[in-house]
Amino acid sequence: MQAKQLMIVLFQQLVTLIRLMAVTGKDLVPIILVVAFFQLAVLRQPFPDLGEMIGGLLLVTLGLTLFIRGLEMGLFPLGEAMADAFAKKGVLAWLLLFGFALGFGTTVAEPALIAVADEASKAAAEAEVIAADPVAMKQYATGLRYTVALSVGTALVIGVIRIIKGWPIQFFIIGGYLLVMILTPLAPDEIVGVAYDSGGVTTSTVTVPLVTALGVGLASVIRGRSPLIDGFGLIAFASLTPIIFVLVYGMLV
Amino acid sequence: MTWLDILITSLMGTIFDVAPILIILLVFQVLVLRQRPPHLKRILLGFAYVLVGLSLFLVGLEKALFPLGEIMAKQLTADAVRGLSDAEAMSAPDWTRYGWVYVFAAAIGFSTTVAEPALIAVTLKAGEVSGKALDPRGLRVAVAIGVAVGVALGTFRIVTGTPLPYYIIAGYLIVIVQTAMAPRAIIPLAYDSGGVTTSTVTVPLVTALGLGLASTIPGRSPLIDGFGLIAFASLFPMMTVMAYAQIGHWRAMHSEAAKEDG
Repeated sequence: MQAKQLMIVLFQQLVTLIRLMAVTGKDLVPIILVVAFFQLAVLRQPFPDLGEMIGGLLLVTLGLTLFIRGLEMGLFPLGEAMADAFAKKGVLAWLLLFGFALGFGTTVAEPALIAVADEASKAAAEAEVIAADPVAMKQYATGLRYTVALSVGTALVIGVIRIIKGWPIQFFIIGGYLLVMILTPLAPDEIVGVAYDSGGVTTSTVTVPLVTALGVGLASVIRGRSPLIDGFGLIAFASLTPIIFVLVYGMLV
Repeated sequence: MTWLDILITSLMGTIFDVAPILIILLVFQVLVLRQRPPHLKRILLGFAYVLVGLSLFLVGLEKALFPLGEIMAKQLTADAVRGLSDAEAMSAPDWTRYGWVYVFAAAIGFSTTVAEPALIAVTLKAGEVSGKALDPRGLRVAVAIGVAVGVALGTFRIVTGTPLPYYIIAGYLIVIVQTAMAPRAIIPLAYDSGGVTTSTVTVPLVTALGLGLASTIPGRSPLIDGFGLIAFASLFPMMTVMAYAQIGHWRAMHSEAAKEDG
C-alpha cells in the first residue's frame, strides 16, 4: 500500500516537472526553429556534434526549470516578504543597506552574467590583455561580476532614495547617459563592448522579480507614489549603472 | 572529462555563486528582522533546486548554447565569403555579402522576444494602466522589432568594424529627444523594456554569435568587436516603444481633429 502511494507521489512529481520543463522549453523553441530554418534552407552544411548539442539543450531546459522552481519555492517568497518588511519598517538606513545587499546578492547569482563574464575572460585572454591561464581568467571573470554586482547594489540605493523623494526618473537616466559618454573615451577600447553589454545582462531571472518586489512594496507604503511608475524605475537604474562601473573597472585594472 | 566530472565541477562553482545571496538573506532575517523564516524546510529545498538547476544550466550552456551561436556565426561567415580568395576577404570586407547574417540576427532577436513571458506580463499591465490607450500586442511587437533591428544593426557593426560607442551614443541622443516628446506615462515602461527583453537563454546565444562573428570575419578582434550585441538589444526597444506610443498619440489627436472638423 505504502509503495503504491510512493509511486503515485513520484509520478505526480514527474508530471509536474515535465509540465514545468515544457514551459521553460518554450524559450528555446523560437531559437531552434530559426536555427533549423537557416540550416535547412540557407546554409545546407553538415552540422557538427548534433547529439551533444541536443543533450546540452536538454540540460539547459532541465537546469533552468529546476532553477526557477527553486527560486519560486525559496528565494522569491523570502525576498519579497523581507522587501515588504523593510519598506514598512521605515528605517531609512536599514532600507538602503538591504537594497544594496539585495542588488549585490541577486546579481552575483545571475546565470546570464556568469556566462558572459566567462566569455569576456576568454576573449581577454585571447587578446592578451590578461594572462591565458585559468587562474587569471577566473580572477578577471570574478572581478567583472563583483563590479557589476556592486553597481546594481548602488543602483538600488539611488533608486530607493529616488522613490522616497519622488524625483523624476528622466534626470537620472539622462545624467547616467552623459556619464557614460564622458567615460567611454577615457576607458580602454577592450572594455567598452563588455561594459555596454553588462547593462542588459544583469537584469534577468533572479534580479528582476526581487527588485520589482522592493520597488512595488516601497511605492505602496509611501503615500502619493504609484507602484507601477516607481517600481519600474529600479530596473532602468540597474541596467545603467553597470555600464559606468565596468568602464571604471577597465580603467583601473 | 566525462559529463559527470563536468557536472560536479559546475556544482562546486555554483555553490560560491549562490552563497552571497543566501548569506545576505539569512543575516538580515536573523539580525534585523529577528524572525525565524516561515516554511524554512521548503526554502532550503528551494535553494538546493537553485544549486542543481544552475549547475545543469551552465553545463548545458557550455555544451549547447555557446557552440550553437559559434557554429551559426562560422557557417554564415563561410557562406558570405565563399568564392573569395583570402586576400580579397581580408581587404575591407564587403558588408553587402553578409545579408544572411543580418537576417539571422533579426530573426533570432524578434522570435525570442515576442514570446518572452516577462514581456507579455509587462505589456498586459501597461495596457491596463493606460486604459486601453496602449494595445499590449502592439507594444510587444514594438519591443520585438526593436530587438530585431538592434541585433541586426549590431552584427552590421561587427562586419564593418565601426566603433561601438558611436552607435550607442547616437542611440542615447535619440532616446533623449524622444523622451522630451513622448507621452509621459510611457517613459518608465520604455526605459524598462530594454532590460526586460534579454532573457537568460537569449543572452548567451547572442553573445556567442557576436564573438563567433568577430573571430571568423577577417580583420576583427573578439574583444573589441565581438561584444555589444546585448547593448544594441537593450537600447533599441526603448526607441521603438516610445515611437509606438508617439504614433498612437498622433493618431488619437488626428482622429479627434477629424471629428471636430466633421
